[in-house]
Amino acid sequence: MENFEPVIVAFCCHYCAYTAADMAGSQRLPYPTNVKIIRIPCSGKIDALHLVKAFEKGADGVYVAGCLEGDCHFKNGNTKAARRVAYVKQYLEEIGIEGERLEMVNMSAGMGDRFAQTATEMTEKIRKLGPSPIRAAMAV
Amino acid sequence: MITAERKPLEELIQYIKPFKRILLLGCNECVTVCAAGGRKEVGLLASGLQMAMLKAGSNIEIRQHTLERQCDPEYVEELVPMIDGADAIMSMACGCGVQQLAMRFKDKPVFPAVNTKFMGASEKQGVWAERCQGCGNCLLGATGGICPIARCAKQLMNGPCGGSTSGKCEISEDVECAWQLIWDRLKALNLTDRYLDIMPAKDWRPAGGSGPRKIIREDLAE
Repeated sequence: MENFEPVIVAFCCHYCAYTAADMAGSQRLPYPTNVKIIRIPCSGKIDALHLVKAFEKGADGVYVAGCLEGDCHFKNGNTKAARRVAYVKQYLEEIGIEGERLEMVNMSAGMGDRFAQTATEMTEKIRKLGPSPIRAAMAV
Repeated sequence: MITAERKPLEELIQYIKPFKRILLLGCNECVTVCAAGGRKEVGLLASGLQMAMLKAGSNIEIRQHTLERQCDPEYVEELVPMIDGADAIMSMACGCGVQQLAMRFKDKPVFPAVNTKFMGASEKQGVWAERCQGCGNCLLGATGGICPIARCAKQLMNGPCGGSTSGKCEISEDVECAWQLIWDRLKALNLTDRYLDIMPAKDWRPAGGSGPRKIIREDLAE
C-alpha cells in the first residue's frame, strides 16, 4: 500500500494516560493523528476481546496505556492489563499477526510529553511494519 | 470442574478449512470457569479464526452461540433452528458436550476446539489442579480429604513410597506428595491411628476398569 497511514487504537486509562493525553494537548505537543484514543476507566478494564476485535476491525496497531507500576488508581489494574496484553500478543502470533503491533505502556497523568512520544513512536513502528495482514486482506 | 485447554489454532484451522459456514458453540459451565470455552472464549476464537482464514484468502462465516450446557439433550435441542445455517460445528465444550452434539446432529461434522484435561479445582485464580479421577468408590473419608488416586502419581493405597522427599513427589518438585498431605491432615485431625489401618488393594472395576460406566436412576428415568 502506498501512502500507508497506520490506524492506531490507544486504550487510555482515565486517571493517568487519558489525562496525560489531555496534558499533551494543553502543552500544544504535536502527536500523529493516526492515534485514536479510547478512554477506559482503568487499563484493567481492557479485555482480550477488545484487543483482538480492534485488529479484526482493521487496526494496524493497538496499545494499552495505564498508570505507572505501583500507581494504578485501582491498585493493580495496570498489572492485570499487562498480563492480558502479553497473552493477546501470543494469540496474535498464532493468528499470523505480528505481536509487536500490540503494546502495553505506562505513564503518569503529568507526562504529556511521554504520551506524545509514545504516540509518535508507535505510529512510526507500525508504519515500518506496514498495514496489518487483516487490513491488507480486507483491501483485496 | 472438568478442565480443558484450547487446541492450537493451526489444528482448528485444518478442521474448518473445507467448510463455508461454521457454528462455534461454547458452554456456560466447566469450560467457562476454566476460561477455555465460555462465551468470551467463543468470541476470541471466532475472531482469531476469522482473521486467520481472511489472511489465507478464504472467506468463512463463523456463527457464535453459547449453550448453558452441552451435556444435556434439552440444551442441545435449542440448536435446531440454527443448525441448517451451518456446514459444520466446532464445540468448545468438554468431550461430553462434543459427543452429545455429534449424536444429535448426525449429518453435521462436529469438531472439538479444546482438549479436555482433568476433573479439578481452582488452587487460585488462573490455576487449576487435578483432584478427582472418578474412581467410583470414594475413600476421601479415610484419607483426611486428600485423594491418593488423583494426587499420588502411583495411586498408592498405603503410601508414601520411598520417593517422597520434603513433601514432594519424586516425579516433579511441583507435585506435592499426596501421602505427606494425608499424613499432615490426619495429624491435624488427631487421627494418626488411622494411618496404621492397611487399605486393601483397590477394586478398579467401578473406576472404569470394566468398561464405560452408566448410572440409571429408576425413580427419574422413564
